[in-house]
Amino acid sequence: MIDYLIRRLLYALPLLLGINLLTFLLFFVVNTPDDMARMHLGQKHVTAEAVAKWKHERGYDQPLFWNEGGGGAERITRTIFYQKSLGLFLFRFGRSDAGSDIGADIAQRMWPSLAIAVPSLLAGLAVDISLALLLVFFRLTYLEFWGGTLCVALMSISTLFYIIGGQFLIGKLLRLTPISGYDDGWNAIRFVILPVAIGVIAGIGSGVRWYRTLFLEEVEKDYVRTARAKGLSETRVLFTHILKNAMIPILTGVVVVLPLLFTGSLITESFFAIPGLGSYTIDAINQQDFAIVRSMVFLGSVLYIIGLLLTDISYTLVDPRVRLS
Amino acid sequence: MPVLLPTDSLFILMLFGLGILLWRSLRQEHLRRPWRRVARNRAAMVSAVILLTYLFIALLDSIRIPASAAANGGASEAAAFIGEPVTLLDLALERLRGGQEKTYSAPLAVYAHAREMTRLPDGREIWANPRLRFGGGQLAHPEAEHGRDLFRLASHGLLAGLGVWLACLGLAALAVRPGRAGRLASLLAAWRGDTLPPWRAMALTVLMICLTVGLMGGLSQGYHVLGTGKVGEDVLYQGLKSIRTGVLIGTLTTVATLPLALVLGILAGYFRGWVDDLIQYLYTTLNSIPGVLLIAASMLVMQSYMARHEAEFASLATRADFRLLALCLILGLTSWTGLCRLLRAETLKLREMEYVQAARALGVGHGMILWRHILPNLFHLVLISVALDFSSLVLAEAVLSYVNIGVDPATESWGNMINSARLEMAREPIVWWSLATAFVFMFALVLPANLFADAVRDAFDPRRIE
Repeated sequence: MIDYLIRRLLYALPLLLGINLLTFLLFFVVNTPDDMARMHLGQKHVTAEAVAKWKHERGYDQPLFWNEGGGGAERITRTIFYQKSLGLFLFRFGRSDAGSDIGADIAQRMWPSLAIAVPSLLAGLAVDISLALLLVFFRLTYLEFWGGTLCVALMSISTLFYIIGGQFLIGKLLRLTPISGYDDGWNAIRFVILPVAIGVIAGIGSGVRWYRTLFLEEVEKDYVRTARAKGLSETRVLFTHILKNAMIPILTGVVVVLPLLFTGSLITESFFAIPGLGSYTIDAINQQDFAIVRSMVFLGSVLYIIGLLLTDISYTLVDPRVRLS
Repeated sequence: MPVLLPTDSLFILMLFGLGILLWRSLRQEHLRRPWRRVARNRAAMVSAVILLTYLFIALLDSIRIPASAAANGGASEAAAFIGEPVTLLDLALERLRGGQEKTYSAPLAVYAHAREMTRLPDGREIWANPRLRFGGGQLAHPEAEHGRDLFRLASHGLLAGLGVWLACLGLAALAVRPGRAGRLASLLAAWRGDTLPPWRAMALTVLMICLTVGLMGGLSQGYHVLGTGKVGEDVLYQGLKSIRTGVLIGTLTTVATLPLALVLGILAGYFRGWVDDLIQYLYTTLNSIPGVLLIAASMLVMQSYMARHEAEFASLATRADFRLLALCLILGLTSWTGLCRLLRAETLKLREMEYVQAARALGVGHGMILWRHILPNLFHLVLISVALDFSSLVLAEAVLSYVNIGVDPATESWGNMINSARLEMAREPIVWWSLATAFVFMFALVLPANLFADAVRDAFDPRRIE
């Protein structure tokens, strides 16, 4: 097990290096620091000095990979790649183009993101799985047909409509919760309810359909027939036998996204004005702050790879037949 | 002579290719069987009719003629003023495009949505909703005539729609191949609804489309059927123009996805060894980067490229078009990994098949084996993935536009409509029609696309066939 984990971690290194190189190429080679400076300072009336000053203030005025001017190790360390890109491996995010400390921003903003993302995930799982089990329970009836059709219909509606509709209905017409905003501590709850509810409803269509397919695959299996033949009730079969055995595919989907909960949801957070990492990223995109976007891309990838690793570990916990080697 | 923007020509080429592929697959028995299974699904066939209507509108909106020719032919003020090529759809919707108002007005309204100070002929100033320039401009006494006028236009439109439908039905009936029991018997079978492609359901769908188009067309002769937006533009026109953007993003993206996924997936699965390792590394790396962030990063880079080469994107149309194309390519570049993995796995399986082994033993070259024996057997995977991706891409467009990394703000798209309508929800009294229009148009495209994709998947996926 430990062997396996170490090997997996070593496999992750070339991946991370690849991601690092890719983002570096995107942000510094395809799109040079000069372009960044021009986008920030304006296209037309900008002097060469202003561009040089902008680059110097942010440390973008060094060679990309190889510094001829430096001596010894400085040839490598005094380059943009070393200072801006490799630092990400140690979670040294540096400063954003606007001048704030990205690392501190992330540490501060991940809590609101988590406050929305964790309840959304849990509530979503509970609702989706129970509805899917219900559909499987009533399979081969009209209820299943219309339930399935309703799911397709729900799936065909853009998330944006759910959010706008929910804000309008619950926030504006019924005035049950605030439309948007956030507060510290326990006061946050009343701001969290609406985004979570909308997130759950928006996910019902695809979620229920996904879990239903998982359950339907199990329903066909021999052990289910045996269980029924033993005379177990249908509910017993569904909840103890099928649900347990469908746990592996369910876990694959859920555990992977667990680490990504930190980064939050871009759309939800920006609509509800929640000061999390999702809205942080959106603001960065809108202000064309390349340093933040670069850090978030790398962070997201690292979290995804951690998620894959966690998935493997969780298999062994759920299914004793799986041995990692 | 039509003018073609890059996306226009690509779209038309793609429709052409799609047609050829469909025609070829219908000629092969082993593919005709799953298609027949799709045809048996009534929801899927009804969806296909609706999807074809959307494709047709997108196609109309992709054939451009120079503004001067349009101005001479249609004597249009607007086209000559803008000086950019107009599409066939623009010409067909001349009335909608021309009837600009000052600002918001409700659907079918005669008066503007907001009140303003107006000076009466006798010099008094009143605070009231002013009359619209175009909407109901033909009425002398709106209070008395409004309802009657609406009824007149609507009934004319509906009758025209019905007429078109009957004409289509007549032509179709003439085209029916007389079966063993004669033409009348085939027609009766279709009427009872027990033909294999459900002709009756499809004809009824066409009737619904004809009636809707007729109703909208009739009412739009005198009114803004779905109201007007912030700068007085017709919302129905916006919704119709957005169809091209949505359909294009759903389809052109696959043009970028397919070559990458096919070539890399087949190579990895067939040659294995270091080729496989390299390609697997490539797609695992790309897959690890969260999709939205990768798209955002690429779009930022693309924007800065456009800013650097400002001279090449002189006109508004070329700029918007380039951005649409870039968005499709970027979406494609970030989404080929899933299909590639499927294709690789399938190729791994296929290369061990006896007929492939036999071909290899007979000395057939790698290229030939890939072309004759592997590629055709991947068709079902490609088809399923293209069908399933379409609807999610249409939905993605709206979200990306909201984050400002979607299509150009000047391009009509549902995402842009929603984005601007979002702010209108806060107005008092509420402006709901832009949002509702975007919703209906999107829903009417995505729902059939989902239903059709489900049917295609159920029919072509060997694991789902009992």
